[in-house]
Order: sequence, then C-alpha cells, then structure tokens
Amino acid sequence: MSAHAPPGSTPAAAPEVLRLTGITKRFGDLVANEEIGLSLRRGEIVALLGENGAGKTTLMNILFGHYVADSGDIQVAAHAGQTGKPSTLRALPPGSPQAALEAGIGMVHQHFTLADNMTALDNIVLGTQPLWRPWQARAAARRKLDALMRRSGLTVDLDARVVALTVGERQRVEILKALFRDARILILDEPTAVLTPQEVDGLFEVLRALAAEGLAVVFISHKLNEVLAVSERVVVLRQGRKVAEMPTAGANRRSLAEAMVGRELPENQRPPHNPGAPVVRLEGIEAPGELGRAGLHNASLTLHSGEIVGIAGVSGNGQAALSALLSGLARPTAGHLFLLGEEISHPSVRGFVDAGVGRIPEDRHRDGVVDDMEVWENLIIEDLRDPDLQSAGFIRKDKVMARADALIAENDIRCPGPETRTRLLSGGNMQKLILARVLERHPRFILANQPTRGLDIGAVTYVHGRLLQACAEGAGILLISEDLDELLTLSDRVAVLYRGQLSQAMATAELDIRGLGLMMAGHSAAEQDAGGPHAS
Amino acid sequence: MRLEPRDHPPLWLSIGAPIAAALLALVLSAIPLTWAGAAVGEAYRLIFEGAAGSLFALTETLARVTPLILTGLAAAVAFRAKLWNIGAEGQLYMGALAAVALGAGALNLPGIVLAPLILLAGALAGAMMMLGPTWLKLRLGVDEVVTTLLLNFIVLLFVQMMLEGPMQDPMSMGWPQSAPVLDQAALPKLVEKTRLHAGLLIALAAVGLVWLMENRTIFGFEARAVGANAAAARFAGMSVPSVMLRVGLISGALAGLAGVCEVAGLKGYVTQDLSPGYGYGGIVVAMLARLNPLGVVPAAIFVAGVFVGADSMSRAIGVSSYIADLIVATSLLVMLLASLVVQFHIRFRAG
Repeated sequence: MSAHAPPGSTPAAAPEVLRLTGITKRFGDLVANEEIGLSLRRGEIVALLGENGAGKTTLMNILFGHYVADSGDIQVAAHAGQTGKPSTLRALPPGSPQAALEAGIGMVHQHFTLADNMTALDNIVLGTQPLWRPWQARAAARRKLDALMRRSGLTVDLDARVVALTVGERQRVEILKALFRDARILILDEPTAVLTPQEVDGLFEVLRALAAEGLAVVFISHKLNEVLAVSERVVVLRQGRKVAEMPTAGANRRSLAEAMVGRELPENQRPPHNPGAPVVRLEGIEAPGELGRAGLHNASLTLHSGEIVGIAGVSGNGQAALSALLSGLARPTAGHLFLLGEEISHPSVRGFVDAGVGRIPEDRHRDGVVDDMEVWENLIIEDLRDPDLQSAGFIRKDKVMARADALIAENDIRCPGPETRTRLLSGGNMQKLILARVLERHPRFILANQPTRGLDIGAVTYVHGRLLQACAEGAGILLISEDLDELLTLSDRVAVLYRGQLSQAMATAELDIRGLGLMMAGHSAAEQDAGGPHAS
Repeated sequence: MRLEPRDHPPLWLSIGAPIAAALLALVLSAIPLTWAGAAVGEAYRLIFEGAAGSLFALTETLARVTPLILTGLAAAVAFRAKLWNIGAEGQLYMGALAAVALGAGALNLPGIVLAPLILLAGALAGAMMMLGPTWLKLRLGVDEVVTTLLLNFIVLLFVQMMLEGPMQDPMSMGWPQSAPVLDQAALPKLVEKTRLHAGLLIALAAVGLVWLMENRTIFGFEARAVGANAAAARFAGMSVPSVMLRVGLISGALAGLAGVCEVAGLKGYVTQDLSPGYGYGGIVVAMLARLNPLGVVPAAIFVAGVFVGADSMSRAIGVSSYIADLIVATSLLVMLLASLVVQFHIRFRAG
C-alpha cells in the first residue's frame, strides 16, 4: 500500500526488550495459544499476522495482563533498553495491566477507548495525574506532548474535543496516550481497519519515526500488503501456533497468505467486463442519513447486468443511506430510482426481494441473521411468502427442511444440521448462509455491503468467487467496501462516495490507489488532474 | 462474575435445578416459620396437604391454575416478541366485565351460544386494552411497560365505577358487585361439588394453540424473529409494527379470557377482588416457563400450589398470612434463580 520500501533492518545487536516463551492459553477445549515464543528488539517493528481466531489478540491480551497464560513466561527489559545501557530482562507479573503499563507496554486497541466529550489532552493525561491540583501538572504534560509530537510527527490539536477529531486523529491520540506513559513497547491491534490509504501511509511514517527513536512495535494485522510495507519481521500465527517467522524482506504476499491459511488458495479470475442492460439506475437521488451520518445528495449511477461496480469511501459518508435505499428499507426524498427498467416510487423490502434483488447486509449479526434462531429459519426468512413452503399459514416443515438441507450442502455451510442455532456459526459460515439465501433466487441485482468484513482469507476467497460467478451469470452487483484491495480486485468500475456525493464511476483499469485515496478524502478527480491535492 | 448463555442445557440440570430450588425454598422458609413460632415440620406437612393432599386440595389448586395459565400465556406470547405487556391484570378485569355485560341477562340465549359468545367478548375486550399501548409504542415510542402497567389502575377504578353504578346488581343490597352470569352460560364443573371448572380445559386448549402458533405458523415465526432481532426481521421484509400489533392483541385476548373464566366458571359475578393479582402472577409464570407456552402449565401449577398450600397452612396453624406471602415470594425468587442457572453458565472471574 505504501510506496516506501521497508526500513533498513534493525541491527541484530539492538538489545532485546521483550521475550515471550512458551505461552499457552486454553479456553475450555479451545487452544488459543500453544507454546508461542516471540522476541522483540529495541527499535524493531514486528508484524503479527494471522486470520481471525489465530490467537493474535489473545497473545497480546496476555502480554498486557488482561488474561493470565496457563503456562509460559513474559520477560520485559528493565527500563526497556534505555539508549546505550545493556538491559536485563525481568519477569512481568501475569494478569496485571498496571504492571504492563509500568513496564512500558502500551496498547492501542482496534476500538478506541477515548471519552468523546473531553479534549485530546484530557484523554491523554487521564489517569496519570492525581485528582487534586490537576492544573499544576498540565503545563508539564503539554510540554512533554509537544516534544513528543515534534519528534514523531503525531500532530493533534490537544485542545480539540475528541468528538470533533477524525478517526485518524483519534488514533494518534491513542498512540500519544501510550507514549505519554513512556511506552517503549507499543502494540497496535488492527490499526488500519478504519483509516484511508493516506492515513495509513501517515501512520506508517509515524511508526518508522518512532522505531528510529527506539520504540519497539508489534503490529497486529491480517492485511498482507500492510505487513509487507511496514514491518521488518513477520510472525505468522495459525490456530494458536506460531507457524512461520521470517524477515519481511524475504517474504511475499503469496507465501505469507499460504502460511496464514495453511493451504494453497485458489485464484479468483475476474470475467471480462461485459455489461448488459441496466439493472439499477439512480437519477438525482436525495436520501436522508440516519443518526447524524451522511445521506445521499444528488446521487446518480447506472449499474448494468454482468458488471460489478464498487463504491469506495470512508465509512460514514453515505454508504448506510445508499445501502438502505437499495435494500428497500428507505425511500428517497427526491430523484428517481429504476430497478430492472421500472421506476420504483414506493420501495419496500418485499418489492425488492420479489423483483429478484439479493441483499448482503453490512452487519451480519444485526441485519443479516436472527442469531437466536436456527439455521433453517434464517435460510427461509426471506421466503415466508413462498406458497411452496406453507399451507394456510402453517409452515410445511418437510419442504422447508428439504430446502434447508439442500442449501446447506450446496453452499458448504459447516454446521451440525439445519437445527443448529445460528449464533454458533463462525463468521464465514454465517456469511455463507446469507449468500445461500441471496443466490438461491438467482438475483439480477445484488447489493453486497462489506461482504467480507471480518472474514478470514479462506472465507473471503469463497465469497469473492461466488460474487464473480453470479456476475458471470448475469447479475449486476453493487459492491460497497472499505477494503480498497477488494474493490480493485472485484470491480469493473469504481465510484467514490464522499459526504453523500457519489462520483462518476471510473473504469478500474484506469485507477490508481493514491488517486482513489485522495477522492475518498474529498478531493475531486478534476483537482487531481489539475495538479495534485490541496489541503482541505 | 459473568453469565454465558448455554446453548443446550443438560437434561439433568433442567430437571434437577427446579427440584433443588424447591428444596432450597423450603429450607429458607423455615426461617420465618421458626421466627413466628410454628413447628417447621408440621408447617411443611400442612403446605403439601393444603396444595395436593386431598381431592379438594387438588381441585382448589387447579382452580387457581386456570387463570394463571391464561395470564402466563398472555405474558409469554408478548414477551417473546419483546412487547412488555404488564397489563394482564387490567385486561383480565375488562374481560370479566365484558362477560357480565353480555352474559348476565342482556342476551337471553341458549348456553351453547351464550357461553362461547361471552368468551369471545371477553377476549375481545382484553385485546382492545392492548390496542392503545401498542399503537402508542409503535407510533410515538411510548414505553408499553408504563402504559400497560398504569392502565391496570385505570381499569380497576373503571370497574369500581361500573360496579357502584350502571352495572351494579340491583339484588346486591348495595355491595359493589355485578349481576351474575346466567346459569346456562356458566362453565360446567369438572368435579362435582368443587370449584374446579371447565375453564381449565379452555386454558389447556389455549396452551396448545399458542404453542402451534409460535412453532408451526408463519405468523409465529415472524413474532419470534421480531422479538429476537427486529432489525433482521425488518431487513428480511417483515412489517415489525404489524407483527407487534397482532401479538399485542393476542396477548390481551388471552388475559381477557382469564377474566371470563373466573366469572363464568368460578365466581359468577364481578367484584373488585375478582383477581388476587393473577395478571402479575402471570408474569412470574411466564418467566418461570422461560416464555415457552408448554412450560406455562407446570409453572402455573407450581405458583398456584405454593399459593394455596401456604395459605392453607397459615390458616391451619394460625400464623399470620404474611408468613404465607413470604414463603410464596421466597419460592418464586429461588425458582427464578434456578432457571437462570439452567440457562447460563455462571463464571466467576474471567480466567
């Protein structure tokens, strides 16, 4: 993702600041971590790579004292390797976040832990100062932070309330919070999930600067290109075990992916762009947003049969409104919506489903399935009006079960049977269930909103394959995604959504990731052609 | 400490936990009994005898089970769809009032017509009580817990007004009570010379119908989906308001039916103390049954048995009736705790 080469490797002579040996952690029958060893040197950026459930977060939670390992030790350098001095490793008391903080370990969680109504400065110093005489230490805190910001490039307006900061800025506040507590080992859990490509590059710059100052960084991720861009060494976890450890310089995407998944991955081929008749057309659509998020403003777009159009954009820029509109949940306040050539003036879920629209919702657990109900129930939940499945209002259990069994088999949904509670399915299998429901009706239009969010690589490959297959069979697919790789791999054309404004859809072949990133941050395509970005 | 839901509670626990809870309730009940100076062993014997020790005791318990099954179903149906109907008490009274409005002489029809008619009228009256609260919830987001609960008090005052006014029995010599339901509309006794009446069969039929509805019909599917995850139900194309409204009407109708059965089967006429809190007791029954319609029957038997047994014990050995209430409350709380243990793993300190 970054154009920069990975930084030069840390001298092997740099002192060791952290050593995990033989960490094992079980939850019931599940082995979350088994005999994992990890060593970290001063000034080194190590990537911890693995699929969901591989044990990355568990390992880091053990390090940070949220969990206690069943066996194994954690040793941290006393004063974590101050410049020049040879350091001695000392055992870290298990199960104490306080001890971890005091030993100089800082953790930035995927979901930020900031108080929205307080300023950045308040959030950073919170908990480090006595409750009485709070102002005395503030000037000192500010001086220390100013120096930190200058050295690292992590600039934030300290007096701004967190609620007014962008996601990228909030992450900087989180990192500053750790550095302010003199962290010498920084753990970042999936730090790029919410960032634009520019913000990701900015974060990487900061991490390199901090590493050059001696900070040791553990970068947890499942995104291969980021791992390749920023780390010096990669540790791959799979099913709780360390399966590979290599210098990043010698690694490539394919080898890392296969180490992570443990098998060879099929390559999905995108069929040639061969658009047919329009399936969805938006003309000057206005739609309100919910809960203060952006709606749609004068949005126009045409999607044809047999093509995939991607919608790029940072979350919260109108994706929810677009998705609600095209699921039949919301109606536009102005403009025209055409579905399969007919204008839809009163959209409804039933109308959309009956017209052959397949909808993959953004949030599987919230909208996609009723997870307290059984698998068969979720498989037929959109088909309750199907006369084959009922008689006089009674469910025909024999027919329903036959259909459920067939769908489970065809779609390889791994579950003990159709009467399994849906909550027990893994994310990948839950998504297979939704795909089964969507594809069963051979839809002519598919709305796929974040179809692979939170899935591991195997499941992602599967979902992509099914979408490409549906497209080859003539479906038009609108793909809303925050994952640029996904958009660029699958889409024939990409449009950018920024503050409710939908750009022209551009052919993917003519796009570059930087330009796309700039548009996601609000610069128009014309501006770029005119000579680069301007600060907004 | 935290609770993790169990997916399949083991059978021994599902059976053992309620038994353990009943024993624990007895042990705990010994405290107030000893304090009141009663012989504990003797009191226990009297509780069992009072609840199930004779044909008379059994029929008394079952007569109380009847309204509790219906109000328990009313709560279970509504709670399953996350519609918190706390107003079964008021719905019961409105059902009873409707029964005497039509059945106490206004219509002089043969029993075969009149009895079903007053059952229907009572159910309708109960259902109408849910129309307002459900509509307010769906339209304006008004919390139905508040509206249904407060309607109970409005209904009680309304009943008082009617019983002291237009619906007062002229033969009541000034007592606030309604005229009795005509003989031909009264529900027949199941056992001669006891108070057990055919309302029990109506209640059991209602259990079967509600179970069928929830588990075998499209509408029941929708109701469960709306209750478990309204967003997903809406995404799948269901009309959440319409499902909620129908669930509310069914719930109110069941509670109204309880009122008709009390009047036509047991009391004959409406008084202000027709129900000793069956509407609220139904909530406990529904919780004990974990909202399962079939579970409502044993839960109602348990609750009624404790009520009748404790009551008869307190009269037999002359301890205050508050001790009986204390025993009832202890048993219900312990039993609810047991159902929590069955449904959840309780873990102390995350490891």
